[in-house]
Amino acid sequence: MQPFTKHTGLVAPIDRVNVDTDQMVPKQFLKFLTREGYGRVLFYDWRYLPGEKPNPEFVLNFPRYKGASILLARANFGCGSSREHAPWAILDYGIRAILAPSYADIFYNNCFKNGILPVTLSSEQIDELFDRTQKNEGYRLTVCLEHQKVTDDKGLKYSFTIDPFRRDCLLKGLDDIGLTLVHESDIAAFEKKNLHVPAMNSPLDVKYHQS
Amino acid sequence: MPARTLYEKIWDAHVVREEPGKPSLIYIDRHLVHEGTSPQAFSGLKSAGRKVRRPELTFAVMDHSVSTKNRALPLLDPDAVAQFDALARNCQECGINLFDMQSRNQGIVHVIGPELGITLPGTTIVCGDSHTSTHGALGALAFGIGTSEVEHVLATQCLTQFKSKTMQIDVQGRRPAGVTAKDIILAIIGKIGIGGGNGHVAEYTGEAVRSLSMEGRMTMCNMSIEGGARAGMVAPDETTFAYVEGKPFAPRGKEFQQAVEYWRSLATDSGAKYDTVVTLRAADLAPMVTWGTNPGMVTQVTSRVPDPSSFSDPVDRKAAESALVYMGLQPGTPIENISVDRVFIGSCTNSRLEDLRTAARVVSGKHVAKSLKQALVVPGSRVVKAAAEQEGLDKVFRDAGFEWRDAGCSMCIAMNDDVLPSGERSASTSNRNFEGRQGKGGRTHLVSPAMAAAAAIEGHFVDIRKWRGAEGVE
Repeated sequence: MQPFTKHTGLVAPIDRVNVDTDQMVPKQFLKFLTREGYGRVLFYDWRYLPGEKPNPEFVLNFPRYKGASILLARANFGCGSSREHAPWAILDYGIRAILAPSYADIFYNNCFKNGILPVTLSSEQIDELFDRTQKNEGYRLTVCLEHQKVTDDKGLKYSFTIDPFRRDCLLKGLDDIGLTLVHESDIAAFEKKNLHVPAMNSPLDVKYHQS
Repeated sequence: MPARTLYEKIWDAHVVREEPGKPSLIYIDRHLVHEGTSPQAFSGLKSAGRKVRRPELTFAVMDHSVSTKNRALPLLDPDAVAQFDALARNCQECGINLFDMQSRNQGIVHVIGPELGITLPGTTIVCGDSHTSTHGALGALAFGIGTSEVEHVLATQCLTQFKSKTMQIDVQGRRPAGVTAKDIILAIIGKIGIGGGNGHVAEYTGEAVRSLSMEGRMTMCNMSIEGGARAGMVAPDETTFAYVEGKPFAPRGKEFQQAVEYWRSLATDSGAKYDTVVTLRAADLAPMVTWGTNPGMVTQVTSRVPDPSSFSDPVDRKAAESALVYMGLQPGTPIENISVDRVFIGSCTNSRLEDLRTAARVVSGKHVAKSLKQALVVPGSRVVKAAAEQEGLDKVFRDAGFEWRDAGCSMCIAMNDDVLPSGERSASTSNRNFEGRQGKGGRTHLVSPAMAAAAAIEGHFVDIRKWRGAEGVE
């Protein structure tokens, strides 16, 4: 996983609460076998008119937000489906950090698995950032994970909190399966003593079809 | 030991390793896999040279993109075919049991888990699907995960997890006639909001929950995620044990009795504290209908489409305005005046035998409205389908003008060819009314099976409690 330490980039605002992952990657794009290439379909139904022509009314298609790498969002961002295609699309589009007052749990977790930093700020701070983004064309922010700060070049400086373990994994780009496998002996020991779960019956009346 | 909640007891029993300041490593008893969110996990595993640690605890099924029409016909969608082939190949290579689309036990992953006894009380269950919360109805800790976590569980049979906060949702008193589990959970989501349960595991308690069948409890737990709670649970009781007993993978005989003894100990201790408590009075509840583009935008059937200007928060007002534009609804319209084009009875929320029986009682001897373009019944599994056919429910539905289909996710997510066309309106027993969920431009109203069935007959929503055909609807 790509580590996240510090990132400066253009900010694009998605001024809408409860943006669900169905909007980020609609169902027709859940049938692929890879993790790559979803940037093109991010916010597909909002972003495109029939024939995949860019919808000029959708904010990410405004020329001023072209090349944005920081997404400014509203509460409960990423609710709904657990599809990791949503953060894959966000990352592939070029977004490295998201700023919002709150996130849905599964989406939040999925971001960390993909080197995306979801920053949580207060609603007032998010309001202020929407205001600054809208008023200043080319508005850029710097998100520093190491010092847990969001800054602009006009003196704005917000601190944010983040779980230290998640922060550490993201700073170093750690593979968490590798981290878990270090504890193989603990897992094996647990399996030996895990008496809570009764043995599975081997049914004769269940039919699989495996070629 | 201090008093603990159901969630805390199951959590404690599954901690493999914990360290202060770090998430815990918890053991996963059952891993369910479907074609949509697993291919990248298997390829990640392979490219890292890792193996599936416990293939015998992993169960795979084809459900999201399967055709609900004739399974003997070849599939026309090459992307879906590639995904099915990948799942079959991955299961074959890793020794994972697969219920493919020809298996008589195939069905929606959250329907077949409990139905086959793969889901048991006191277990931890995960799946790359947010509606994994369904399995909590049996007193399991079950939640949806992303594909990276699917890969993590395949490789380690564990997950790195932070402990959640606990939320008690207490539905007090007796459930009035015509108010179903679906109406209760929609009312809860309406009350707490779709982010209200974020960071929490919900436990449903109270007489109205206790008196529900397992099917009803599954409907409630299924939509926990729609209120933001990653998992929802109901403490296992006699209803649970009776349901589990005799299920194919469930323990038998003495092992079952020992298991029941343990399962009884899981109920939340008196005096245990929840981080958040929400209380509803069952007597205040009514059949519910969503009017907007998320499940929290919901009201009672006797009510009207709200006026966005009545929302005090500007962000909520804006959301309501754009929802009404998408839904093509005017503020103040009585819910009962909203007509529908299609009716969908199915999904992991409401496609079990009890749901189909309820809907069949409503439509029996009647016919869908002439204005209706389509009425679909999609059983949650082939086992449900066979049981329903045994009772003659397929004939009841067909005689009433419904299409009787094979099992799958179908029009809940519209990854196959069961799609709600743009601009059309559905009464749907599924779980999400997000923009485009059932088809781009489609307008979804979430309701209970009884309400969907009645809407099919009348062509518009009706209050099932007062409706002519409601005899026998509990």
